Amino acid sequence: MPRMTMIEAIRSAIDIAMERDRRVVVFGEDVGYFGGVFRCTAGLQQKYGRTRCFDTPISELGIVGTAIGMAAYGLKPCVEVQFADYVYPAYDQIVSEAARIRYRSNGQFTCPIVIRMPSGGGIFGGQTHSQSPEALFTHVCGLKVVVPSNPRDAKGLLIAAIDDPDPVIFFEPKRLYNGPFDGHHERPVTPWSRHPLGEVDAGHFTVPLGKAEVRRKGDSVTVLAYGTMVYVAEAAAEETGIDAEIIDLRTLLPLDLDCIVESVRKTGRCVVVHEATLTSGFGAELAALVQEHCFYHLEAPVGRVTGWDTPYPHAQEWDYFPGPARVGEALVRAMEA
Amino acid sequence: MDDFPPLSLHVPEPEVRPGGTPDFSNVPIPRAGSVPRPPVDVDPRDIRDLAFSIIRVLNREGEAVGPWSGLLCDEELLEGLRHMMTLRAFDARMLMAQRQGKTSFYMQHMGEEAVSCAFRKALEPGDMNFPTYRQAGLLIAGGYPMVDMMNQIFSNEADPLKGRQLPIMYSSKEHGFFSISGNLGTQFVQAVGWAMASAISNDTRIAAGWIGDGSTAESDFHAALVFASTYRAPVVLNIVNNQWAISTFQGIARGGSGTFAARGLGFGIPALRVDGNDYLAVYAVARWAVERARRNLGPTLIEYVTYRVGAHSTSDDPSAYRPKDESEAWPLGDPVIRLKNHLVRRGAWSEERHRQAEAEVMDSVIAAQKEAEKHGTLHSGGKPSVRDMFEGVYAEMPPHLRRQRHQAGV
Ligand SMILES: Cc1ncc(C[n+]2csc(CCOP(=O)(O)OP(=O)(O)O)c2C)c(N)n1
Ligand SMILES: [Mg+2]
Repeated sequence: MPRMTMIEAIRSAIDIAMERDRRVVVFGEDVGYFGGVFRCTAGLQQKYGRTRCFDTPISELGIVGTAIGMAAYGLKPCVEVQFADYVYPAYDQIVSEAARIRYRSNGQFTCPIVIRMPSGGGIFGGQTHSQSPEALFTHVCGLKVVVPSNPRDAKGLLIAAIDDPDPVIFFEPKRLYNGPFDGHHERPVTPWSRHPLGEVDAGHFTVPLGKAEVRRKGDSVTVLAYGTMVYVAEAAAEETGIDAEIIDLRTLLPLDLDCIVESVRKTGRCVVVHEATLTSGFGAELAALVQEHCFYHLEAPVGRVTGWDTPYPHAQEWDYFPGPARVGEALVRAMEA
Repeated sequence: MDDFPPLSLHVPEPEVRPGGTPDFSNVPIPRAGSVPRPPVDVDPRDIRDLAFSIIRVLNREGEAVGPWSGLLCDEELLEGLRHMMTLRAFDARMLMAQRQGKTSFYMQHMGEEAVSCAFRKALEPGDMNFPTYRQAGLLIAGGYPMVDMMNQIFSNEADPLKGRQLPIMYSSKEHGFFSISGNLGTQFVQAVGWAMASAISNDTRIAAGWIGDGSTAESDFHAALVFASTYRAPVVLNIVNNQWAISTFQGIARGGSGTFAARGLGFGIPALRVDGNDYLAVYAVARWAVERARRNLGPTLIEYVTYRVGAHSTSDDPSAYRPKDESEAWPLGDPVIRLKNHLVRRGAWSEERHRQAEAEVMDSVIAAQKEAEKHGTLHSGGKPSVRDMFEGVYAEMPPHLRRQRHQAGV
């Protein structure tokens, strides 16, 4: 099987979707001729022509608004927002429009669009190239929210997202584009070519939306993670020697509750981790669900390890990023409770 | 209906891509001195053609000609030249510092130095700029210490912004420089608000908004024009058209509008295009617009026609999307060389003194860098504290953040 980086896997997914379905169109800032600032769409304009893969004016509102109009016509736009930090001008179009069109038109109009965006920190990008705004979208009914953590999932989930009949917000943890990252920034980067999940089928396949995956089997404590934090959690489990079961949620909305409940009922302990800020973060939803569904199995309070409630700083990146040491402490706390 | 052929989508594309021969023959360049200079209280309807021309003062021979010339004396021009040279040397050193890992990121001004350096000289103390990341000339020409700029770039212990912001996202209220946002376009409409506040308060200060060609596509730009138009806000609205928005040529943002300046016409805002590589022209047009604002005559939209010679940022490589030698074909030349030639022609400068000045300017930048590096660089030496990360989110730190800071052990 070929080896792919997450960038190549995403490109391959879009390529296959465009090949299979003429209705798939791809656009965004610098997405056409250049192929995107992270090169996720490189070569697609050359292959499919300027009317199926093109550059847009710098207007996220325009990108999403026109995607919604195209979807109403019957196309399947897969658009890029250059960084998740720049999605806010499109927020009204996403929240008030994309998410509700099926409901308010009783299915006369639908909105099968995918909005891709790089998210997360770890690249010294400061407050406008580091954010993880997933909770702003998981709070919106009518949207689906996906966060892959490796090339294989990124490809399968993206094809599934493009196939999906409803709007999907697709976060790409940019620190994972070229290799897994466990928070040990002082160590050299491992490329995907040396990781089993960098092996990606070159053809068409899907990873279903709404299904989590257990990344590490364990009996002592369940860690709920997604994106970059999956690897941070793995490192924390290794370093503390705690037999953690690590669940990669992959899709946040709709959530694979069964997988979570089964694991927490087994381990009796749960730690939730994400890069995004704490207050009203997606971890709050996870913690609430765990206590609702697993209360009588819990032997410790549900812990949360997240970014601090501050804008993402530049120089203090590694004090902000919830690295393996902080996750490890939470695991120990859960075990000692 | 039968005789309508099927529709097809129009997607603009630049004339030339890598491998091609640069061609700016589609950019009409009017003769220097040929565009009239209207009175500041002109009826905007009478100067609509200024949105389609280019106001130029310096001709090919290095002479200052026409109705927009004659505003600056030798000393002022020499000072302007020094500002532009300083900015260029500053850029060169900071690009090198980025490659050496002393900072994570940098954005340069090569080719666009005249725009921010000359504009700054048309403002008065107390006026406020709402800049983008490519107007550091406002700080240099405004007397902001280079050491402070570098401290910010190095995110060191003396960083006035405590390491919180991406390098070059400066802020200096004292120097009339609003905190730079990474989110494109947001500042443009804020400039209008600041100007409206000045009018509401019967003040005499004015604001200047800044935006790139690409970013004019953001809604904030359009909101700025409608508010400025409705309330006749005392604001100068500056579009820096450097032909590129990362890999995207200006035709994508401009669309069917003949020019960016022409965007102002539908709002009844006087709109002027100016040679952005001509220090004298930039200054003259800026002064005209600033005077209009200060006389309560309302907003002016200015498009600076220039060219981004360097990469978009240190994360970018333009050879992937435009011909390598495109900047050499740019018909408006280099702003530093053009002003130098003019000063030589005036008898106020010489090649010899220019070479000397280049060395002096570089020395002063290097001296500032040495000073800044004493306070550390991104990965070595003095750093802003981790406590600083928790401060300043609110005026007073709320209990939940205090708890988190305690948890972080700082
Ligand atoms: C809201 C938003 N969208 C996208 C970006 C990413 N981005 C940063 S600079 C840039 C190009 C801006 O081009 P232009 O406005 O012409 O300014 P220039 O860089 O040429 O000075 C883009 C797309 C951003 N910073 N903010
Ligand atoms: Mg530009």
